[in-house]
Amino acid sequence: MSSVATIRPPLPAPFAARFGASPAQIVALAAIAVFLLAFLIVPLLRVIVVAFTGPEGGFSLVHFGDFLATALLREAFWNSIYVAAMTVVLASLIAVPLATILARFRFRGAALIHTLGVVPLVMPPFVGAVAMQLIYGRNGAVNLLLLDCCGFRIPFMEGLNGVIFVEALHYFPFILLNLSASLANIDSAMEESAQNLGAHGFTLFSRIVFPLALPGYVAGAALVFVKVFDDLATPLLLNVTNMLAPQAYLKITTVGIADPMGYVISVIMIACSLGAMALSALALRGRDFATLQRGGGGLARRSLGRAGNAVAAAFVVLVLALVLSPHLGIFLLSIATVWSYAVLPDGFTLAHYATVFREAGPLISNTILYCGLAGLIDVILGATLAYLVLRTRLPGRRLIEQIAMSAVAVPGLVLGIGLLRTYYDVKLPFGGESLATFWVMLVIAYAVRRLPYALVSAKAALQQLHVSLEEAAENLGAGKFTTLSRIVVPLMTGGLLAGFVTSFATAAVELSATLLLVARSSDAPIAYGIYVYMQSAAGRGPGAALGVIAVVVVSIATYLAYRFAERERGMKSRELI
Amino acid sequence: MTSLLGRLWLAFAFTLAATPAPAQGLESKLVIVTSFSKDLTAPYAQAFEKKYPGTKVELQNRNTAAAVTFIRETRSSPPDLMWASAPDAFEVLKKDALLQKYQPKAQGVADKVGSYPVNDRDGFYVGFAASGYGIMYNTRYLRANSLAAPKEWDDLKKPVYFGHVGISAPSRSGTTHLTVETILQGEGWEKGWATLLEIGGNLAQVSDRSFGVPDAVNSGQYGIGIVIDFFGLSAKASGFPVEFVYPTVTTIVPANVGIIANAKNQKAAEAFVEFLLSEEGQQILLDPKIQRLPVRLATYDKAPAGYPNPFKNTALGAKVSFNPELSEGRYELVNSLYDRVVTFRLKELNAAWKTIHAAEAKPGAGPEAKRLVAEARKLATAVPISEREASDRAIAGSFQEVKPGAKPAGRQAEFESRWDAAVVKNYAEAKALAEKALTAK
Repeated sequence: MSSVATIRPPLPAPFAARFGASPAQIVALAAIAVFLLAFLIVPLLRVIVVAFTGPEGGFSLVHFGDFLATALLREAFWNSIYVAAMTVVLASLIAVPLATILARFRFRGAALIHTLGVVPLVMPPFVGAVAMQLIYGRNGAVNLLLLDCCGFRIPFMEGLNGVIFVEALHYFPFILLNLSASLANIDSAMEESAQNLGAHGFTLFSRIVFPLALPGYVAGAALVFVKVFDDLATPLLLNVTNMLAPQAYLKITTVGIADPMGYVISVIMIACSLGAMALSALALRGRDFATLQRGGGGLARRSLGRAGNAVAAAFVVLVLALVLSPHLGIFLLSIATVWSYAVLPDGFTLAHYATVFREAGPLISNTILYCGLAGLIDVILGATLAYLVLRTRLPGRRLIEQIAMSAVAVPGLVLGIGLLRTYYDVKLPFGGESLATFWVMLVIAYAVRRLPYALVSAKAALQQLHVSLEEAAENLGAGKFTTLSRIVVPLMTGGLLAGFVTSFATAAVELSATLLLVARSSDAPIAYGIYVYMQSAAGRGPGAALGVIAVVVVSIATYLAYRFAERERGMKSRELI
Repeated sequence: MTSLLGRLWLAFAFTLAATPAPAQGLESKLVIVTSFSKDLTAPYAQAFEKKYPGTKVELQNRNTAAAVTFIRETRSSPPDLMWASAPDAFEVLKKDALLQKYQPKAQGVADKVGSYPVNDRDGFYVGFAASGYGIMYNTRYLRANSLAAPKEWDDLKKPVYFGHVGISAPSRSGTTHLTVETILQGEGWEKGWATLLEIGGNLAQVSDRSFGVPDAVNSGQYGIGIVIDFFGLSAKASGFPVEFVYPTVTTIVPANVGIIANAKNQKAAEAFVEFLLSEEGQQILLDPKIQRLPVRLATYDKAPAGYPNPFKNTALGAKVSFNPELSEGRYELVNSLYDRVVTFRLKELNAAWKTIHAAEAKPGAGPEAKRLVAEARKLATAVPISEREASDRAIAGSFQEVKPGAKPAGRQAEFESRWDAAVVKNYAEAKALAEKALTAK
């Protein structure tokens, strides 16, 4: 098998020969470029052009000078870096043990834990914030209990450390999902060889297993870093304004302000995110993570023994209790009559569910439709782009990858304004409705902003896949398409699934672009429904009920996706053998 | 789950479906952009549709910023009505020529509520309800922390309320802006800012959205909020353990509706404005979940006992004569200044005032200590720009969109950077002086 690596099938066209790509691949890259140009670059440039326009008009960098000259903004910059880096550390402490336990040990209900591991990503707007405050806030349930028994409070949700705490609880699934996918791709033969050579326990993990799973970990950690660096919801929830994202947001969304600083900060955030991704790529450079052995179904799962099982179970339960407590809070809120300055609500009722019952149906189906489509687009584009980047030498592929990645730092509102500005005057052929307020535009907005997640996951999955496997297939007479559909895609399933789930779950609770682009309530997804309720005291319960519904819907969809992927993987691996 | 094809088909069917002939010559639909909560919009939409069968009300719920952006970006084919509280949003739309003049026909509507005109002076938007600013507090929270209920703005300066008060930033809430501006006009620039900064020292939080404050008070995250009346009154009506009081001097501000320029459903839009001002429409405001003050005088006869009436209770909003021109000229500047001196430096401001409070509470302070505290107080109540400068067109113009021919004095970022540096230095020095006073004789 080792000799196949040196033989390449003869390629027909001279162009293709030069770049090691087929015409179909060239077309695919061009199509992705057009998509990004149309729905990211052009809309974005139309909005952020003011950042580069001087007070007298014309190109100018004077606003960037102002940014550097302002102490508050410099402080915000370092705070954002600090918070993002510390969140990666804390999220790793949660996610790495969890992923290891799931991948290496026989553990009942693993699919359930995988599903629950996604739920923290689904933090419904406003409702999540209220629930977090009611659980961990200054006068939340935990602190009221502490105050009662021990006379002190823990400032979970205050200052930068509060932001780190909440962000880690919220975004650790990025690491969990990608690391799990990576671990599942390691063949047990690797582990067995190491054991035969005398490696055990921690040595085995730190020298063999973890290094082989590094692409997944780095992918997840990099995503956590950039996501937290660019995240707005949590600092706003904790009222921490001396970070970059809230500074940009407050400028951009303040009515009647002409100051371009918000857009300047957005540009700086995009540059920083790209820098962070480049650094993470550097961390993996010069190393080969691909292995040839496939089909063993991941690491051998072993029994933990009684004591081990108890420790692992305790850890899993503790972590889940911690990360799911906001969701428990949302649930309590949805069945509470009044909950104010108390450990638990005053009373319970199902009336809030009755209130939202009638309108929940369309909200749910819209959410599944939009976010499902967005996730699908992301997986297809992400996997294709990852393949083109890693397997061809087409010119411009890295640039397109960078452009796709930059979407992670584009605020939803900025993209929303750009899409509206670019496409509002484009009318649809039937009915004459504007393209910008057609529901498909919401799907596109979700897909563009979440493409980085799927791209990163797909790249990590492909990095673990040795190119010889494809070459072997081609030597055996399989065409490029057959190789892709029978070899590459099935072997990347785990990574693609991680990408789909993160895109889907986070899109389901996206509010900023939604609020701008939804034109009528019959087109609205569930995040909009929650927003509409959460503007009044009486709407808190119904809003929370919708929040619970959102969480349940995403959980069910995630669970089904896992079941589907497991089945596919089972079938494909038998075919391979 | 609806399939993609099903959705497409539905969208298609909707566009083709014959709508019933609208009554009274109105168009078949009316598109309203609003930042109001469902509690307010749903009853109005229902009542309007019942009165004008055949006209369907399409509500687009957006926050104020998204609403303004949406109307700006869709001028080629805009929605019909903008319906929201924030007077600043309407001013921005008016400046951009995105609203059209409309003179309501309804009779019996007041011209002024308190000292504030109900309708736009130029006729571009119309007030349909009024609301007053006041203090909302969580009774459980106050009991648990053994705090007395505050009644006046000045109460909020007291050291006992340190860390218990919340407000929304004036730059983020047009109604808070009016309260800030009223204090500045009522007490004068320097004294007004001193009051705002002293209250600022007690703040637990400056929220980035108006509803953030009642939400936090309802949860008991902090105990006292500076809010608009219906937030407090409707929360109480929903069962939360909260109370609301109007201080003796308060601002009453209207909530507005405006017809958007080039509205496609002009007749329906006009009918909706008239409906809001009609006896029927005004009555809806008395709903316990809404609780806004009608602008039609006769409606108060039907209000339950104890319902606030700004036309009878002259203390509500009447004491300060509000100068709208002065307010407009420095609108953006005041917002930015508040954010520099309070919102973004809250931690520093809190620290300075905590020390000042401690130094002032120290028994048996000698003259040196008193002098030091007085100096600290001066630093912690000063703003880095004088009233004359704030009203200077060139300086205020730096914070506004550049008008042709105008020469702004600089870029907004330059001023902001300078102010920020000045207040950071002030607060640090104030804290140091107060610390000295603590150890001085």
